[in-house]
Amino acid sequence: MKKSTFGPWLAMILGAAYFLIPLIGTLEFSMRMKRGVYSFEAYKVVLGDPRFQESFSYSVMLALVTIAIGVLLVVPTAYWVQLRLPKLRPVVEFVTLLPLVIPAIVIVFGYLRMYNSQSWLPLTDTRRGTDLLLAFGYVTLALPYMYRSVDTGLRAIDVRTLTEAAESLGAGWATILFRVIFPNIRSAILSGAFLTFAIVIGEFTFAALLDRPAFGPYLQLVGANRAYEPAALAIIAFVVTWACMGLIQVFGAARGTGSKS
Amino acid sequence: MSFIDIHGLKKSFGPVTVVHDFHLAVERGEFVSFLGPSGCGKTTILRMIAGFETATAGSIAIDGKQVAHLPPAKRDVGMVFQAYALFPNMTVAQNIAFGLRVAKKSAAEIRTRVGEMLDLIKLPQLGDRYPYQLSGGQQQRVALARAIAVKPQVLLLDEPLSALDAKIRVSLREEIRALQKELGITTIFVTHDQEEALSMSDRIVVLNEGRAEQVGTPFEVYNFPRTRFVASFVGTLNLMTAVVVDATAGRLTLDGRDVATAKPIVGRRAGDEVTVALRPEAVNLGDGTAQSDTLPGIVEDVAFLGAVVRIRIRLDAQTITLDSFNQPSVALPKQGEAVKLSFAREDLLVLDGDA
Repeated sequence: MKKSTFGPWLAMILGAAYFLIPLIGTLEFSMRMKRGVYSFEAYKVVLGDPRFQESFSYSVMLALVTIAIGVLLVVPTAYWVQLRLPKLRPVVEFVTLLPLVIPAIVIVFGYLRMYNSQSWLPLTDTRRGTDLLLAFGYVTLALPYMYRSVDTGLRAIDVRTLTEAAESLGAGWATILFRVIFPNIRSAILSGAFLTFAIVIGEFTFAALLDRPAFGPYLQLVGANRAYEPAALAIIAFVVTWACMGLIQVFGAARGTGSKS
Repeated sequence: MSFIDIHGLKKSFGPVTVVHDFHLAVERGEFVSFLGPSGCGKTTILRMIAGFETATAGSIAIDGKQVAHLPPAKRDVGMVFQAYALFPNMTVAQNIAFGLRVAKKSAAEIRTRVGEMLDLIKLPQLGDRYPYQLSGGQQQRVALARAIAVKPQVLLLDEPLSALDAKIRVSLREEIRALQKELGITTIFVTHDQEEALSMSDRIVVLNEGRAEQVGTPFEVYNFPRTRFVASFVGTLNLMTAVVVDATAGRLTLDGRDVATAKPIVGRRAGDEVTVALRPEAVNLGDGTAQSDTLPGIVEDVAFLGAVVRIRIRLDAQTITLDSFNQPSVALPKQGEAVKLSFAREDLLVLDGDA
């Protein structure tokens, strides 16, 4: 007997409606800046605003720095844990999950206490120092996602045998990491990188409390003072996030592997 | 002095010792196989030679140089793994070139050597393929080429044929042996497959529970097993209990019947129980010559295996199996039939250890 597909379809339609209706509403509202006609005026205003360009560029740059630091920190750590210290895996997993349970505001106040101008490492004394502190903070925030992506990638390859094969051919640790391990978990690193990018682009708490001109505080500022532009910005932020998710899918599916018998 | 000299090697993981006081001398250009069941320590010894495991005690010297303290990358030892371990992000040519690039060889030298290796493994057209585009047999040949491209002093093969199907295993083992002979490279091969070890090796080390039970040529190990384990692990064997009557004359009783060996029984006295071994192919139906032992028995089972017929005969308390070539013109005995079987005295082996 053929099973009815009504239930699953209803659930899917309800779920889609729950997510899409607010988005469609926001999109529709963002296009009503000119009275009586739909237009992209709000987008034109937002994209033409020098503060948008500055804050977006700043956040993009910070996201790239965060990704670089995160990859250099997480990949060797996850690799070493998998290869030499597998018993430590639960501990490392627990540590990487902490940013999910400790609120961002607690973390940033901790940073301010540790690295203020009276501390032994006064990072907040200079703009560059504060930027660096913000990047470190973002590395912490993105740690659960970056670590899991990389760890999943490492589990998908035979790390031990590949390492031993490279060692037996005379390779040192740097060669093994950069020429064997990194290329083989490229899609996992990219997944972590895009997730990090999406987090950094929309982050507000760290940037606002460290007083840096990032995209998150700009979003909040525009949202508090304008009518149509915040809706346009929300759609732009969604598009950026979706683009990141789409790229994860593209790179995740790019490498087909398997063996002929 | 031997090319590879392993002395008093021991490996423990916590309280468990997996390799006990292992000694071995391998000559330059020799092909030695470590044969034994899973968990006997053969791969652990190989990994200690490669440098992937640290020995708890003992020494390993290659060409007179102690290597036990050196990291794997400094040992000049090539290794081929059961799981191929080709780098998935590199093409076949790049895989073969990996070790040469690490050694900072010139681009021209690398190109020439990669070409030579591809010709050697008979895959000259596949340099641009990725590992996932190759069959298992092709991947293992590439792994072999990658290991020997850097001209290592020693080649270590860790069950390289285990993941392949039966037909490819046979052809690849012949290829590996031919390559090894052509290059003259000292090779240690780990396997649990006695046929592989017997067909490929100059010498076999039979391992059991972390100890070398016997070291010898395939002929010696197969025909003159020293222990009950070697006898039972290498080939099919009849293992029976006999009682020594006269050790000097090599006389025993087997199920109450007198039999004799060709040699005196060393280290045993009259009345001792011993284990005797007899290959199925060494037993014949019917009376033997004056230099043979002959025993009566009842046919319990006749199994037709194609080229060979396996016949199980009950003596009294013990049974004996014999293999006979299938000859359509010769009638086979029937189940329950009384028969006589015979074997040459040289073929009856008294094994070391208690019965």
